[in-house]
Amino acid sequence: MLFFVARRLLYLVPVLIAVSVLTFVIASLLPGDLAYVILGDQATPENVAALRHDLGLDQPIWLRYLGWLWHILQGDFGRSFRTGQTVWQAVSERVPVSFELMILAELIGLAIGVPLAIACAAKAGSAFDRFMTGSAFGMLSVPTFLSAILLIYLFAVELRMLPATGYVPFTEDPVANLRFMVLPALTLGLAEWPGIMRVLRSDMIAALQEDYIALAKAKGLKPSRILFVHALKPSSLTLVTITGINIGRLIGGAVIVESIFALPGIGRLLVGAIYTRDLIILQGVVLLVAAGFVIMNFIVDLLYAVLDPRIRHGHA
Amino acid sequence: MNGALLSVEDAVVDLPTPRGNLRAVDHVDLAVGAGRTLGIVGESGCGKTMLSRAILQLLPRKAKLSGRVIFDGQDLTTLSAEKLRKLRGRSLAVVFQDPMTSLNPVLTIGTQLIETIQEHLELDLAQARQRSVELLTAVGIPAPEQRLTQYPHQLSGGMRQRVAIAVALSCEPKLLIADEPTTALDVTIQAQILDLLAREQQRRHMAMIIITHDLGVVAGRTDEVAVMYAGRVVERAPTPALFKQMRMPYTEALLAALPKLDVPPHTPLPAISGRPPDPTRPLKGCSFSPRCRYSAGRCSTEKPRLSPAETLEHLYACFHPIAAGSGA
Repeated sequence: MLFFVARRLLYLVPVLIAVSVLTFVIASLLPGDLAYVILGDQATPENVAALRHDLGLDQPIWLRYLGWLWHILQGDFGRSFRTGQTVWQAVSERVPVSFELMILAELIGLAIGVPLAIACAAKAGSAFDRFMTGSAFGMLSVPTFLSAILLIYLFAVELRMLPATGYVPFTEDPVANLRFMVLPALTLGLAEWPGIMRVLRSDMIAALQEDYIALAKAKGLKPSRILFVHALKPSSLTLVTITGINIGRLIGGAVIVESIFALPGIGRLLVGAIYTRDLIILQGVVLLVAAGFVIMNFIVDLLYAVLDPRIRHGHA
Repeated sequence: MNGALLSVEDAVVDLPTPRGNLRAVDHVDLAVGAGRTLGIVGESGCGKTMLSRAILQLLPRKAKLSGRVIFDGQDLTTLSAEKLRKLRGRSLAVVFQDPMTSLNPVLTIGTQLIETIQEHLELDLAQARQRSVELLTAVGIPAPEQRLTQYPHQLSGGMRQRVAIAVALSCEPKLLIADEPTTALDVTIQAQILDLLAREQQRRHMAMIIITHDLGVVAGRTDEVAVMYAGRVVERAPTPALFKQMRMPYTEALLAALPKLDVPPHTPLPAISGRPPDPTRPLKGCSFSPRCRYSAGRCSTEKPRLSPAETLEHLYACFHPIAAGSGA
């Protein structure tokens, strides 16, 4: 098992290097010279040239990349030239918001998706199954901005139960924090459950056809044990994968939902950095988010091994 | 059929398919007495596995079963799901064909044994563990304590089938159905597994049904043999009587198709020519008549009934049986 973890960790190194190269190159290819952005329209060519020299922009791209990487390896992701905040500060301020949103959204998605998937797989082909599969299809095609607005209308405008926008840190007032979080988390969760449900449902229907399920029935086990132990565990690999991907994606912030509900998360930070051409922030945040995504997938790989002993023992 | 542990009466299994209704089991009558062994023999697709699933009430959801399956005085076809569950694994156990797929790949051997024991017997975890170790020892698995924490993929096919047998034996069943228990295994392992089954059957006084396509498997290991073709039992006899004098041409052809050691190398194997009839398009006459070398007259227009020969125990369904005293 230790060997398995070490090997997977080693795989991470080339992936993270590739991610950093891509992030840097794409940010560099964006139109608009950083020096012009900083100095504004009134800059003289001499000033621009001087600033380019100061920033190292006159060096070849690979040298700039190596310099950037060198600083990052020392923990220095750079500093916004607009706010003076370091990338690290900006991200660590915003991460708790996006992280909480992600956790709540996934919990809601799983809480709806998993029981429905099990119920549908157990009664595959029934009217209930067909109705739920159809509903999942329908939900899958509702964009988040639409469900966000509908939820705001229903719960904030009509019923006046929950606030529409805003944010309070959990440490200041947990109840108020959760009240602000319910609608955005619900919006994302409603978008997550159909995928979760469809993947788990089809995997479980396949698992329920297996010989070992027939044997489990022939052994006289309770239907609940057959469903939750014999069928659910071997079916949950794809579920873990898509949950991991969802989490990885939401670590990067939910751009649309954070914007609609005015949550100060990573998504809003990124959008802001794009609008203000804050390339240093943009580069740093994208790199950190990508790294988070890669690490999340690493955790998913480890979970595979926990769920399926054949992977743990290097058989599959 | 009085006093039989299991009797199957007029069992019919119909499976709806896109090509029409498929009659997998066609009016089958069988009986197994307590402690006795019945062999069910037939080629692939003859309905023997469907028959075993019908006995276990584990048919595919769309399949329709009619007739009666009386086990230990109860008709399984009318039993409630909960009563059936208490019976399965407890007094009615099964070993499936392929041990590579019949054990759950993500649960340990110990879990799969202990869950069965604890479901049916009032034992605590330590006792169930102890019993599992004894069972693994009984089926000839070395280092049984360590096996409990291992997963199926860490064991060879033969070892897995031994585990599956241990699971089946775990609650001292009255009847064990072994559905092609050696087909997926190496030839060298096959005899070991069959001997193991025979030994445990003797020791535990349980009845057993061995389902196989190999007449060689049932010879000497069963009390009675039923030969199935196209969903029907076409010949049924006490094993010695059958091998002394088979009456149904299909049984003879099945035996002739077995490879033998005493023929010179490179002699072509006498296969049964043709293929079994399409089960969605039943024939009017005897289902074997298109492939039968004795076929004549009413064979293609009328279905022969399973009826007794000279002795009441030997039944066959044929208009032109192989004459007594000739053949095998």
